[in-house]
Amino acid sequence: MKNIIVTLSLLVGITSWAQQTPAAAQTSPISIEGATAHLGNGEVIENALIMFQDGKLTYVGSANAKIARAGTVIKADGKHVYPGIIAPAKSLGLVEIDAVRPTRDMDEIGEMIPHVRSIIAYNAESQVVESMRPNGVLVGQIAPQGGTISGTSSIVQFDAWNWEDAAIKTDDGIHLHWPSTYRRGRWWLGEPRGYAPDKEYENNVTTIKEFLANSKAYGKTSNAEENPAFAAMKGVFDGNKKVYVYAHGEKEIADAVNNLKNSGVAEVILVGGYYAPKVASLLKKHSIPVLVRHTHNLPLTEDDDYDYPYKLPKLLVDAGLTVGMQNEDASNFQTRNLPFYAGQLVGQGMDKEVALQLITGNNAKILGIDKNYGTLEVGKSATLFISEGDALDMQGNSLTKAFIDGRDISLETHQTKLWKRYMGKYEAQGK
Amino acid sequence: MKMRLVALALCWCSASLFAQDYFPSNDGVKSKNNNYRAFTNAKIYVTPDQIITNGTLLIQNGKVVSVGKNVSLPQNTIVEDLNGKSIYPSFIDVFSDFGIEKPKRASGSGRASQYGPSREGFYWNDHIMPETDAIAKFKFDDKKAKELREVGFGVVNAHVNDGIARGTGVLVALNSDGNDADRILEDESAQFFSFEKSVTSRQSYPTSLMGATALMRQLYHDADWYAKGNVATKDRSIEALLANKNMPQIFAAGDNGNIMRADKVGDQFGIQYSILGGGDEYQFIDQVKQTNAKLIIPVNFPDAYDVSNPFAAKYVNLSDMRHWNLAPSNPSVLAKNGVDFTFTLHDLKSSKKFMENIIKAINYGLDKTVALKALTTVPAMVLGQSNSIGTLEKGKQANFLITSGDIFESNTTLFENWVQGKKNVINTMDQKDIRGDYDLVVDGKTYKMSITGALSKPKLKVKKDSTTLKSKLDYNADWISFSFTEDDNVLRFTGLVSPNTTVLTGNSILPKGKEVVYTANQTKTFQEKEEENKTADKPELVAVTYPNIGLGNTSLPKQETLLFKNATVWTGMEKLENTDVLVKNGKIAKIGTNLNASGAKTIDATGKHLTAGVVDEHSHIAGLSINEAGHNSSAEVKMADVVDPKDVNIYRNLAGGVTTIQLLHGSANPIGGRSAILRLKWGESADNLLFPDMPKFIKFALGENVKQSNWQSFSRFPQTRMGVEQVFMNYFQRAKEYDELKKSGAPYRVDEEMEVLAEILNGERFISCHSYVQSEINMLMKVAEKFGFRVNTFTHILEGYKVADKMAEHGVGGSTFSDWWAYKYEVKDAIPYNAAIMASQGVTVAINSDDAEMSRRLNQEAGKTMKYGGMSEIEAWKTVTLNPAKLLHIDHKVGSIEVGKDADLVLWSDYPMSVYAKAEKTIIEGAVYFDLEEDLKKRDAITAERAKLINMMLQDKATGGKTQAPVQRKKPLFECETL
Repeated sequence: MKNIIVTLSLLVGITSWAQQTPAAAQTSPISIEGATAHLGNGEVIENALIMFQDGKLTYVGSANAKIARAGTVIKADGKHVYPGIIAPAKSLGLVEIDAVRPTRDMDEIGEMIPHVRSIIAYNAESQVVESMRPNGVLVGQIAPQGGTISGTSSIVQFDAWNWEDAAIKTDDGIHLHWPSTYRRGRWWLGEPRGYAPDKEYENNVTTIKEFLANSKAYGKTSNAEENPAFAAMKGVFDGNKKVYVYAHGEKEIADAVNNLKNSGVAEVILVGGYYAPKVASLLKKHSIPVLVRHTHNLPLTEDDDYDYPYKLPKLLVDAGLTVGMQNEDASNFQTRNLPFYAGQLVGQGMDKEVALQLITGNNAKILGIDKNYGTLEVGKSATLFISEGDALDMQGNSLTKAFIDGRDISLETHQTKLWKRYMGKYEAQGK
Repeated sequence: MKMRLVALALCWCSASLFAQDYFPSNDGVKSKNNNYRAFTNAKIYVTPDQIITNGTLLIQNGKVVSVGKNVSLPQNTIVEDLNGKSIYPSFIDVFSDFGIEKPKRASGSGRASQYGPSREGFYWNDHIMPETDAIAKFKFDDKKAKELREVGFGVVNAHVNDGIARGTGVLVALNSDGNDADRILEDESAQFFSFEKSVTSRQSYPTSLMGATALMRQLYHDADWYAKGNVATKDRSIEALLANKNMPQIFAAGDNGNIMRADKVGDQFGIQYSILGGGDEYQFIDQVKQTNAKLIIPVNFPDAYDVSNPFAAKYVNLSDMRHWNLAPSNPSVLAKNGVDFTFTLHDLKSSKKFMENIIKAINYGLDKTVALKALTTVPAMVLGQSNSIGTLEKGKQANFLITSGDIFESNTTLFENWVQGKKNVINTMDQKDIRGDYDLVVDGKTYKMSITGALSKPKLKVKKDSTTLKSKLDYNADWISFSFTEDDNVLRFTGLVSPNTTVLTGNSILPKGKEVVYTANQTKTFQEKEEENKTADKPELVAVTYPNIGLGNTSLPKQETLLFKNATVWTGMEKLENTDVLVKNGKIAKIGTNLNASGAKTIDATGKHLTAGVVDEHSHIAGLSINEAGHNSSAEVKMADVVDPKDVNIYRNLAGGVTTIQLLHGSANPIGGRSAILRLKWGESADNLLFPDMPKFIKFALGENVKQSNWQSFSRFPQTRMGVEQVFMNYFQRAKEYDELKKSGAPYRVDEEMEVLAEILNGERFISCHSYVQSEINMLMKVAEKFGFRVNTFTHILEGYKVADKMAEHGVGGSTFSDWWAYKYEVKDAIPYNAAIMASQGVTVAINSDDAEMSRRLNQEAGKTMKYGGMSEIEAWKTVTLNPAKLLHIDHKVGSIEVGKDADLVLWSDYPMSVYAKAEKTIIEGAVYFDLEEDLKKRDAITAERAKLINMMLQDKATGGKTQAPVQRKKPLFECETL
């Protein structure tokens, strides 16, 4: 404990009460040398050299290469470098404190409201968003919640002055919560707890089909009177917007995929997918990627294997699907645990680099931002971090540096400031 | 029609049977019928054990006069030759609501909770209504009485099926001919209780099962105090309770767990209840048996789930499929274990199913004599009425059934149900057998007619050449009427059946209205088919596991002698490489290198890590309810009353290396309930999960939850942190005064709440307090200091880091989350460095879960204390083992690996705090409760058993069995705030 206090004493001076100031644009080249580089595409380079300039990676390769190190050189022997982790399907920045209603901006009234857009409500100065960064989570898809079609999401990076600064891809997709064939008993009305068949399922599906058909027809002509909901759906038919469909059940997934494909939706992504391994061939046939339910979850039924949630992503990877991972059903603050959700898969027999790929390269690919983000490849954004050890494990995940678009971002947060403040107090008391 | 004729006939012979001498008669002249009635040549079940063949039953004035082989008949006897038919005592239902109107639900008035009672001059809690007399609400229900008699019942015990203390029942003979002056056998037959609140009051307390249990206990304490004359005011509820205490006491428990709960309440106050079960007693039969209670058992065997749609089938838990398979064996399991029980119609949707299900239970191994006892002598005994009902011995009520044969055979006909000497015809006895094949000749045409089915309700089939015609037959009191349709024309027939004839004849009406005589000559007599094997073959039963859910154990794990070789051993104080650990008799026997032990099972632990079992200081798994939110203090409730040994999360926790948990009350009120410390011995009963010599704990809570800040509730004190302090001050002051009075030797009213708080003041019970912000943390320490005790643990304690120095000084421990925050305002400043900061100031720190998911990977959460704040690996590991054990005062037994301590161990595949580590074996007191290899076998077994039961249910459906929609029973996941 003494060592920590010494370290802390050095840092206490810089604390202040405001949010972290976004870093300035990269002005000179940076080289990271000697680390193990995990590229996010399944590959790993020992003793790596990574160089970036003007926010873009200019070199990713072995440090044995006899080339000039550009700009500032960060010696990172024994350390690890990773692409910034990407968090899909979250309401980060839309809600600050779950129980305080004035801070909740993630769920608008209405069942079919694709015209409702998350980006304009995104709080770039959220303390919760800030707390993602020291664990390596640097990019997120900000999605509205609730209803059937919750609204339209956008993708942001986590070091910005405002939402315009933050945006990586605006209005990237709509979020559709597929109805369930079973529903929980309304126990407060005297129904038994637990799940019983929902007689409304077919009706609910019909409502979605009707909405899609209307949206498509609407888009084929110019309309004198605008229908904002139909208008917001235009992109899903021409491939400019993806449809993120949330479903877990075998029948629900099959119905969702078939109906959406039949309706002419260009790009469908399955979110959740508890029973997706049972319909893997259908998903494969339609090339549907899966943003799978994260691992730190309980089995849904009493009879399921205790480790089914731990291995679910692996089952889908083994079935040959493109798999990313999200934690849409968890509180926002938990999103900083994304690296550990991936780490859990290693105990299930998944290769570490593949596990990492789920939350970096694959998430980028599925969200459609892989041109710039998700992997360490020349020409892509220098959005990456350096960790003292294995970032997928609690003991190793300890960041010394993080960069977003080449900008050297702060790893301080509201939480580190309180830590230092109170350790400072006790230190002053001589304890 | 038939019934009415019979009733009219009876009026004549027995009109005056029950009229009192002193009642004036203005509808005729006074007359009395003192004739006897004898039933001869019958097989008479005088009692289930005393059977007379070719016997005579003689009755007069509603009572049995004599029964035996040779009964001399007075001259004024009407003799009925039963010619081989059987006579049984009629059935008795102890648990009925016959004639009682269903209590009406109190209308809701907004969302505000009602904390006070609605009544004056009664007990302070509306759900305690011992003053309720069922007889005051009773109205004889003719229609229902007929329905019950058709099943075979003669007497039912009705009560108001509502509330916790429900008052008295009324014992009624189902005699529709008499009136309440003669058919009510007992005005106050028994006193009834349950754990369920009355629907007629919205009074909030109790909101939970443990609250209802505590309320029952306090009621008895208060009654005792009242009986001793210590209460100046009148309490009509307690007076009634006391007045009813010598009656039979019946507790409506409703399932196996509640049977044990109810019996425990009874044991404390010297009361042996007879208890209503739920049909699931086979699952914990040893414990059920130990209650020594007579049970009232429903025959509510579930219908098969309709699993024809595989998507839907997936929703049904194996435990529910098993219950479908095993429920019919429940009565026979009870019988084989020597448990006395009676059957009830309660919880059965249709009374028609009653006999069908009892016959099913007999098919599943229930002895017929036991079945008959369960319908006759046992209920009479439960009600203390063995001297008047339940058998056909001399002097008893003439309540009996006349049947064609063995009452427990499905093809037996119930002819008559006599109640208090009154005849009720169910199926006429002199129905002639018309079954057989006939040639029907009418209007020159010949048809082939075949009559089959039951004697009393025959079925008709008509053929013209090879074409089957649509037909219908009614047979009632010797008259037949039938019809069939040929070429869209209907032909109708009537006829009176003559005795011993093989010819049916009468008038027929042809399609154009012409009437002609028809004749049908029997060509073949009816042959009773050999009883289809349906009832004969005993169905295949799956095995009951411990506990009885898919992941249960096939047998209870036993202590083994285990030798772990070459492990990395985390003793708690240090990490020893290449070390052996010997486990013997449930204890750590040796720690060293190159250990040998004969007879030990050797486990190669090379490359693996052996640690003490994880201890979770804050858990809500394995509880049936979590919050008693009806009052701002609920110290009287015990989590030990609501332990759920079937919660699958116990198994999942074991799979995460957890061996001990503190099952805490929730945080709905400043003073919560008493904790239960559990060992996760999967398969054991609720009581066997309790930690031996369990240290006494109680949950307190502070902040937003106890202020009810995050939901619409504005009426309960406290609404502010200021008020929270005052609740504590007031309660502790009162407890101090209570304790002083008690210690003085003066008489005092036993108050469970005060008893518990006094234990805290006396240092015998420890507080685990849910807490968030520094002001309130400081406050509770000051309150404790004022009353001279120490707070044991602050749980959650997310701003503990702000007052860690004060906590260390007070001597309180902190049990916190690794990294939770931002979910409500009071956790705005919660930081993951909290554990490390508190530890740096000398506070004993634990990491807890409060969550069924996180608890099963607390090892990883401990690892986060190294990441956030840089705790050493030894200190980090202590946060989930030795430190919580210390905080729970069980560190002399568990929490570390030391010779002599209990062998609660986990073998990990990897560094134990790594996200990559898996628990391979989890051991409690030397018995293996989780084994990864065994778990793989369980998966296969679950798949196979599900397939087998699904197949059985599909077959059941295919052969005409009723089905229900597939549902998934699921208990909610609890956390602090679950109400």
